[in-house]
Amino acid sequence: MSNHEPATLVDYDEAVRRYDPVIGIEVHVELGTASKMFDGAPTEFGAAPNTQVTPTSLGLPGALPALNRTAVESAIKIGLALHCEIAEVCRFARKNYFYPDVPKNFQTSQYDEPIAFDGHLDVELDDGTVVRVEIERAHMEEDAGKNTHVGGATGRIHGADHSLVDYNRAGIPLVEIVTRPITGVGDRAPEVARAYVQTLRDIFRALEVSEARMERGNVRADVNVSLRPTPQSPLGTRTETKNVNSFRSVERAVRYEISRQAAVLDEGRTVTQETRHWHEDTSITTAGRVKSDAEDYRYFPEPDLLPVAPSREWVEELRAGLPEVPSVRRRRLQAAWGYADAEMRDVVNAGAVELIETTIAAGASPAAARKWWMGELARTANTEGLELTELAVTPTQIGELQGLVDSGRLNDKLARQVLAGVLAGEGSPAEVVAARGLEIVSDDGPLLEAIDAALAAQPDVVAKVRGGNLGPVGAIIGSVMKATRGQADAGRVRELVLERIGQE
Amino acid sequence: MTDPTRMSAAALAEALTGGELSSVEATTAHLDRIAAVDGALHAFLHVSGEKALATAREVDTRRAAGEELHPLAGVPIAVKDVVVTRGMPTTAGSRILEGWIPPYDATLVERLKAAGLPILGKTNMDEFAMGSSTEHSAYGNTHNPWDLDRIPGGSGGGSAAAVGGFEAPLAIGTDTGGSIRQPAAVTGTVGVKPTYGGVSRYGLIALASSLDQAGPVTRTVLDSALLHEVIGGHDPHDSTSLDEPLPDLVGAARRGMTGDLTGVRVGVVTELNGEGYQQGVRARFDEALTLLQKAGAEIVEVSCPNFQYALAAYYLILPSEASSNLAKFDGMRFGLRVEPSDGPVTAERVMSATRGAGFGDEVKRRIILGTYALSAGYYDAYYGSAQKVRTLIQRDFAAAFAQADVLVSPTAPTTAFRLGEKLDDPMAMYLNDVATIPANLAGIPGMSLPSGLSDDGLPVGFQILAPARADDRLYRVGAALESLLEAQWGGPLLDRAPELPTTEGSAR
Amino acid sequence: MSTLSRDEVARVAALARIDLSPDELTRLAGELDVIVHSVARVQEVAGPEVPATSHPLPLTNVFREDVVEPTLDVDEVMAAAPDADSGRFSVPQILGEE
Repeated sequence: MSNHEPATLVDYDEAVRRYDPVIGIEVHVELGTASKMFDGAPTEFGAAPNTQVTPTSLGLPGALPALNRTAVESAIKIGLALHCEIAEVCRFARKNYFYPDVPKNFQTSQYDEPIAFDGHLDVELDDGTVVRVEIERAHMEEDAGKNTHVGGATGRIHGADHSLVDYNRAGIPLVEIVTRPITGVGDRAPEVARAYVQTLRDIFRALEVSEARMERGNVRADVNVSLRPTPQSPLGTRTETKNVNSFRSVERAVRYEISRQAAVLDEGRTVTQETRHWHEDTSITTAGRVKSDAEDYRYFPEPDLLPVAPSREWVEELRAGLPEVPSVRRRRLQAAWGYADAEMRDVVNAGAVELIETTIAAGASPAAARKWWMGELARTANTEGLELTELAVTPTQIGELQGLVDSGRLNDKLARQVLAGVLAGEGSPAEVVAARGLEIVSDDGPLLEAIDAALAAQPDVVAKVRGGNLGPVGAIIGSVMKATRGQADAGRVRELVLERIGQE
Repeated sequence: MTDPTRMSAAALAEALTGGELSSVEATTAHLDRIAAVDGALHAFLHVSGEKALATAREVDTRRAAGEELHPLAGVPIAVKDVVVTRGMPTTAGSRILEGWIPPYDATLVERLKAAGLPILGKTNMDEFAMGSSTEHSAYGNTHNPWDLDRIPGGSGGGSAAAVGGFEAPLAIGTDTGGSIRQPAAVTGTVGVKPTYGGVSRYGLIALASSLDQAGPVTRTVLDSALLHEVIGGHDPHDSTSLDEPLPDLVGAARRGMTGDLTGVRVGVVTELNGEGYQQGVRARFDEALTLLQKAGAEIVEVSCPNFQYALAAYYLILPSEASSNLAKFDGMRFGLRVEPSDGPVTAERVMSATRGAGFGDEVKRRIILGTYALSAGYYDAYYGSAQKVRTLIQRDFAAAFAQADVLVSPTAPTTAFRLGEKLDDPMAMYLNDVATIPANLAGIPGMSLPSGLSDDGLPVGFQILAPARADDRLYRVGAALESLLEAQWGGPLLDRAPELPTTEGSAR
Repeated sequence: MSTLSRDEVARVAALARIDLSPDELTRLAGELDVIVHSVARVQEVAGPEVPATSHPLPLTNVFREDVVEPTLDVDEVMAAAPDADSGRFSVPQILGEE
């Protein structure tokens, strides 16, 4: 246990002035397969506890693993997208350790024979700087179940009376991607870490190997940080901060560790090589419990599974089918849509690229598509705590809605009401317009009645307008709009009012 | 008519299809036999009379309705307790699984059920199939039907004693280093370990994944072939299962029964005969060779020099894999949970207390040996080296099979020893498997069939080995030898076994 | 050649999560020492030129298609558990990492 936490942290800028940070990142991505890595249990998120298990994912006596072909294919695609070599032959091993969320008390994982190795990924920072991150390996393994700690004050492990275990997640396929030490990035290390994880997330989505939803834990990062006096010095002792599950936290965790380790070194002590926990609420890391036998995993080749030897034909077929690299595609779309850099970045960060693309394909202008997704819809999603993709409206429907505005059948205010109807499940935009009777009133008959009533009610305003002072006409338009509950086209109302008063 | 318990499965099947006997009658006769003699044998850990009779009734109804059924439909069977059976207790002979009712069936059990074989119950075994005498069962010894003071072999002593004691015509065994063949040898029955991958391992509580294989335990070679064809064949739930059709096993057995082996080359393995083998065992082996020769077989001598390392490799690979396979028995999800007698009740301490209380001596010995062999710094010296020996043994077999179609040896060095005789000497116990282990290391099929009685009046087993995927050769040569021997003896060897003491009462 | 001391057996037993009494520990250390010396013979022939065999039959690329299969009945599973609470396994407090 490293109980020597520094009393105060070193200011970040000061820390990176005096120490050279080196980082390394391990990213776990849950693959979006229909069934688990080694059995036919489904992988639906949020199902009732222990309803997504077979004897294999529950580790029952007698059960055996059978490898999911799609999971292997996804792992190869990830390897190829990261410019890795794909192994001619690789195997699974058993990593033996006792823990209640690991049903067999060993994890089936690739150990010394990963499916992909020796690759790289170019990561673009906010200012356009490109950093090349070397990839050591990408390997396949299975996820563990989930413990819920009951009875303790905090709900965390310490102080809990007992735990409840749900194995729905046990056996979900994972690919773990491990970088080589990332050096030479200096004070930008936290930013590089964040951008790297973000770039990987985009690749997972582009490859369609995972929904890669951070908030569901589809993508989890372990960040290694060490400091050394100068870039020429040997690597310092590193810490590994586990399960950092958002882009912002990745950046913050690296920052925090740099400041903390600098403080430890400044006090003349040495950094303890250890696992640390990230605390989302307080944005700090704390030392994990040191397990005496943690390092003795007694790896040996998994006898219940056979070696995987992807044929070169298979690998080339998968390579040929790889989609456009997200960063390249992004630049292409930005040029086509005419978005500013900042606008495009917001769109990317909101995960709206595909949504906007489809909306444009459905007829909306790039500007209008962006306005909807980054405005009204982003606000709604934010209020309801949903991703844009989870909203009950399709990009095609937004295209249709914008079409109604463009043809003059809806104004902006009405269009927002129609959208509310769509989101409330009342049907397509056309159906909501029909059902709610929200179309702009274009028949002048009822409008003229309302105008005449407004003119009769405000003779003083009429007199002023007749006298050439057009300013107060707004008051009449306002009362007409009010009388028609906003369904009139304000431009048309103005025309008609002036015509009636004799001031066109 | 003949007592159904004395009939072979093939004969029972014929009587059932011919309408001379109903499955309910056949099943009842075996349940009555179990009730009468299992007090003396203790071959069963659980008897499932009601379920067996329900299956029997269903088979009789369907047969009466003219449905086309599997030839073995209605023939009862006993299943080793290491095989998972849904809704029926499964303990693997261990205290740690006492009372566990599995929520699923092993693939081979699904196949037995689909074929309509009533399951009489679960048979006794060494705990987690670790042993050669069934003395390591947490639920008491099984006794040898030939001499109740002697071991029935192991680990599948229960299945062998059940079949040898006429409690069941058929039984399922599992063989990791000889647990089907050695019990067959010492009880005068027939047992077959198929090619690795020939029968699904899905639902067998794993001992050593790369060695385990399930197979038939019967009284005749033909019965083994019939049962082998029911349980064998590809299963996608077992990745190591062979995705190819089984050879024609029943056809091979029937061909062998003609007694003609013209042109068959039989290799005698020098290293599996001679020193350490009991005099009577060697005599019966030599006589069997003479019979094979008379039947037209050509006898050749083959040498497998690396077999001397087989036992050592086996006792590294098995404990290593077992230490990992048995990690799941931790008191968290199923089976026994024991809390530590003092100190805090944490998951970690409950796991250790449960495993300390739930596992017997032999299981602890092997788990600790395997954990040690895999632990940091020892892997290459132990597990890694053992896997290299495996390669050398495979090479020895390849060279031997270039000279011979089948290889033969005595199945075990001695006849059944006395209960308790080797219990305190693990190494002496391990030596029982010296002739059977090489087949498991190489994944090849092997059969044991009775070749007579030794000077002590106890059965001797004759082992036949064939190349991987050539299980049919075992059946042809085995059936030939069986028919030649039975012609000499004037009937099956088991006819000479003593009558078992009976008790009244029902085990149902 | 290593010898298997009582301390080493205690370390390995802890790794294997098996509580042993002092008597068991003493007896096992004696037995295992004999066994380990005997099985160490494999090193005599396991030269670097000999490849290792992990599977008896040399198959590769055995895959399952990504298809969902029936799941277990949760009530049946929980009925066989030592302790359960509303569809989840109840286990003693866990010390260690999350």
